[in-house]
Amino acid sequence: MDTTVTTGSEESVWGGGNRPLNASYGKMMMWFFIVSDALTFSGFLVSYGFSRFKFIETWPIADEVFTHVPFFHGNYPMIYVAFMTFILIMSSVTMVLAVDAGHKMKKNRVIWYMFATIIGGAIFVGSQAWEWATFIKGDFGAVETKGGRILQFVHADTGERAALADFAQTLPEDRVKHIKSEGVWYMQEGYKTSYSLNEVVEGFKASPNILIRTETINEEGEKTVLDRSGSLAKLANATQVVEGANLIHNEYGSRLFADFFFFITGFHGFHVFSGVVINIIIFFNIILGTYERRGHYEMVEKVGLYWHFVDLVWVFVFTFFYLV
Amino acid sequence: MAHDHKLEIFRGLWKFKSNVQKIWGVLAFLSLVTAIEVILGIYKPAVLTQNYFIGMKLLNWIFIILTLVKAYYIAWDFMHLRDEKSSLRRAIVWTPIFLICYLIFILLFEADYIYTVFKEGYLSWNF
Repeated sequence: MDTTVTTGSEESVWGGGNRPLNASYGKMMMWFFIVSDALTFSGFLVSYGFSRFKFIETWPIADEVFTHVPFFHGNYPMIYVAFMTFILIMSSVTMVLAVDAGHKMKKNRVIWYMFATIIGGAIFVGSQAWEWATFIKGDFGAVETKGGRILQFVHADTGERAALADFAQTLPEDRVKHIKSEGVWYMQEGYKTSYSLNEVVEGFKASPNILIRTETINEEGEKTVLDRSGSLAKLANATQVVEGANLIHNEYGSRLFADFFFFITGFHGFHVFSGVVINIIIFFNIILGTYERRGHYEMVEKVGLYWHFVDLVWVFVFTFFYLV
Repeated sequence: MAHDHKLEIFRGLWKFKSNVQKIWGVLAFLSLVTAIEVILGIYKPAVLTQNYFIGMKLLNWIFIILTLVKAYYIAWDFMHLRDEKSSLRRAIVWTPIFLICYLIFILLFEADYIYTVFKEGYLSWNF
């Protein structure tokens, strides 16, 4: 890497010198990779913006979607995501400290800082898995209309969200789940909801305290709640019950929201995961003394660049998915 | 590898004695910015949500600006772009910024157009 050809132009950077950018080959390539990966992520985030601007009046409100914190009950919008952000920034800090210790050739310090970085990354990936599981499982349940729109339920007196279980009736129905062996071709039903559409509709008719909340956002920036007669008229269009979210149905609102959530946070989570794997490899290399023998810890700096980039992307995902 | 670090941030307003101290200083600053974002996101002051600037709520502008501030300090101090040659820095920073601005402009304009088609055209989708 450091072999040089002695030519007359070596002193002159403009003449092509030895290293016009004063960065090694490996570091340059890491930067080029990061630039192209940044463009991939911006492609995702901008297409999220595209879909959101297209359905600006009906897009889900993130504060109402991500409200859970593990081991606690109640409504805590954003707290957990803020915690995840802090964990990732913190692991970025231990990474820079590792690079700094590497400059000073302090092997044991590099080992411990790398270890802390790996732990931070693992906590973040675990948190994201939990976030996915909560999102997929769903919260209150909703019904979907013929046009693919989502109708949610609220209590008329308090304005709080109502879960399907709060009002749905249990009717003596016998509904068999459609399985693949009974299907004509690969047809099968993804999942069976805990209440049938009929049970929800009958329960709704019997409880005057429940109203329907549509996807439309009103001037105060809140979802529109219909009155009782409007709710009943709207419910006549319902075609199925939705609990939780997947790529096709999403109880929180627009299905594109769930699609982008899975795609963007999934792609980012994959980056964090591969970052953790690369960090582990480097971690063992440091323990084995590879870089001590090589004479420099530039490899730590290179994986560090990747790790900070993952943090950098999360800062944007955090803003555009959870805040804006 | 650049062994000498530039130890001041905020255009020299805040100078650190060592690189390690600078790292902790930047962490404190980033945590503060994140805390401000979260507090604004939870309380959503009415002044910021009801006033608009170029079609977007003031609150959202604040979020985006604070995000760019955070991105700047992550790239400059954690990825030590501050210590790199300015030619490398410019190549890495301005190329994506130009491309991303173009992408944002073109896609958001198109999305807004489709929004008006959905709203005013003879098309029914919200039923």
